[in-house]
Amino acid sequence: MQLTGAEIVIRCLQEEKVEYVFGYPGGSVLYIYDELFKQDKFKHVLVRHEQAAVHAADAYSRSSNKIGVCMVTSGPGVTNAVTGIATAHMDSVPMVIISGQVPTAYIGQDAFQECDTVGITRPCVKHNFLVKDVRDLAITLKKAFYIAKTGRPGPVLVDIPKDITNQKCEFEYPKTIAMRSYNPVVKGHSGQIKKAVQMLLEAKRPMIYAGGGVILSDAAERLVKLARTLGYPVTNTLMGLGGYPATDKQWLGMLGMHGTYEANMAMQNCDVLIAVGARFDDRVIGNPAHFAEVSRKIIHIDIDPSSISKRVKVDVPIVGNLPDVLDELQKLLEASAGVPDAKALAAWWKQIDEWRAKKSLKYKQGKEIIMPQYVVEKLYEVTGGEAFITSDVGQHQMWAAQYYKFDKPRRWINSGGLGTMGVGLPYAMGVRFANPKATVACITGEASIQMNIQELSTAKQFRLPIKIINLNNRYLGMVRQWQQMFHGNRYAESYVDALPDFVKLAESYGHVGMKIERPADVEPALREAFTKHKNDLVFMDFLTDQTANVYPMVAAGKGLSEMILAEEL
Amino acid sequence: MRHIISILIENEAGALSRVSGLFSARAFNIESLTVAPTEDASLSRMTIVSTGSDDVIEQITKQLNKLIDVVKVVDLSEAAHIERELMLVKVRAAGKDREEMKRIADIFRGRIIDVTDSTYVIELTGNGSKLDAFLEAIDRSLILETVRTGVSGIGRGDRILKV
Repeated sequence: MQLTGAEIVIRCLQEEKVEYVFGYPGGSVLYIYDELFKQDKFKHVLVRHEQAAVHAADAYSRSSNKIGVCMVTSGPGVTNAVTGIATAHMDSVPMVIISGQVPTAYIGQDAFQECDTVGITRPCVKHNFLVKDVRDLAITLKKAFYIAKTGRPGPVLVDIPKDITNQKCEFEYPKTIAMRSYNPVVKGHSGQIKKAVQMLLEAKRPMIYAGGGVILSDAAERLVKLARTLGYPVTNTLMGLGGYPATDKQWLGMLGMHGTYEANMAMQNCDVLIAVGARFDDRVIGNPAHFAEVSRKIIHIDIDPSSISKRVKVDVPIVGNLPDVLDELQKLLEASAGVPDAKALAAWWKQIDEWRAKKSLKYKQGKEIIMPQYVVEKLYEVTGGEAFITSDVGQHQMWAAQYYKFDKPRRWINSGGLGTMGVGLPYAMGVRFANPKATVACITGEASIQMNIQELSTAKQFRLPIKIINLNNRYLGMVRQWQQMFHGNRYAESYVDALPDFVKLAESYGHVGMKIERPADVEPALREAFTKHKNDLVFMDFLTDQTANVYPMVAAGKGLSEMILAEEL
Repeated sequence: MRHIISILIENEAGALSRVSGLFSARAFNIESLTVAPTEDASLSRMTIVSTGSDDVIEQITKQLNKLIDVVKVVDLSEAAHIERELMLVKVRAAGKDREEMKRIADIFRGRIIDVTDSTYVIELTGNGSKLDAFLEAIDRSLILETVRTGVSGIGRGDRILKV
């Protein structure tokens, strides 16, 4: 049957079982929106700014392992989307972005709302396409979905000129796809896995370091099984939180710049390290030269060969899909005659417990001023640890990561790689669409939330009962913290003046607003928000301590074990 | 260390910019880059000359392999290979210089492919140092214009880069 390009786009999305498209219409995508209007197999979520469409699709994907889809128009539609695309790319989130383009004959003519979409997005996508012939449209979309979700996942953009969406051709959606230039590895190298098993069993001071790859590949259960079999300590990166239960006794907390004392010390001092879907980035291991000062054997499992031996020399590289590799590792481990060295392990745990005794996350909550950490702890209690938590970027993000104990994967949604302020609210929207019954809270700050505050309108339209936990310290907190610690207390442009009345602002959108100023009111207010206002969006404006800092802290360029602890100040 | 990296890449619009963009984005070195379609019109072959430590070259090959359109990547300099570059030089060739220029071109097995009353265009092929040596051998003040293709490379014997 002959279909127009616009009809083909819609049919392809239906074939891919897409539930939601997050987007914003405009001139170049009008034929597509016209066809979208005529169907009801998937829904369109109209956002108020294209950046939010991409973030929402991104969180939809992160919180469900389904592929988020968004649609934007040419020119400013695309440029507005770029921050969202780069955010997803840095955190390897599978997504498909469909963008309109000016008609083929106008490309390169500086036409109205034209931009070089493929050129602008090239460095921040896994791959992108410009469709120049309507007959290529279906296969290109098929490739886009395939590339996005296989291998190391990532966003894929398909740029479609307007005239293509109005031309007709025969439609057939390919069932399978093969590309000679793209064949991601699945199974790990058996010999390497054998070596890894041997190395793990010989360890005296072992450490399991698990990252976002565990979440992305749905390998959490296997990781838990492996860790339990071995009895070794586990740490997660910011992106890996929830990949191992935070309430488990083998868990040492998050590591890195704001990691716990025990996690960072164990990471630095272990003799065998197994990195599982993690990439040793600068916020995790600090100064690589300092990290390398202590010699240790490193096993690194990752689907992306370029992540291996990029920042840290590795002894046993294993390229493969985590679930497959962990299955084989587990099998070999169980079949092996060897067992972990119980005596060495007991001594190692004793050492770890001494580090734990430092209680590096402790803080003091007085009677007058609300401590931000306290709000997160109470949020954890009130939601029973069952909420999906999104965050923006800054101090509140670190406190959320440190004090909300994630036991399950895909519950912690934040921008780890790019560190994009403004993701929190659109992320919460995306989470709620993917998990329609879930409790969703967005932990944010008064600066971040204003970077996509317009989405309160989208949340109203779709009646999304998100709880916004605004840790309002009237500062760009993390900037202020660095200025205090490294720039002689010169608080250049980090004070946020002229804040809106967030309660009235929320109410003006038809939501519930609450202002909480005293520690004693924190818990009752949270209970009220999550029970009485269960079905409302509640904007909770917590006035918090203006001088609170995030600790422990490894200053940029310092080694992992050179932490600044709260008690030392 | 200098490395010669050969790439087979899908002959799609924008393929070159994906490769060159990767090099600039990750602060990798490019000394020269050549690209043209192969006998299979759906594929292009690139030769990139780059310098860097072993770690950097390893990252370069891994990152190139990661590009969706890249079909194959080989570091030619890992084993026996041949490299060639083509140079065209326009020189002033009048009076006594005319004979001398012809003589040096012959020594370097260059060919004169364009002649006017006062100029020659000399075509020269070889590895980079041979081309450099030619430019050193002639009187600098007579050079009007030079253009070089950059290095193309191929493995010796059974080393074949093909799909």
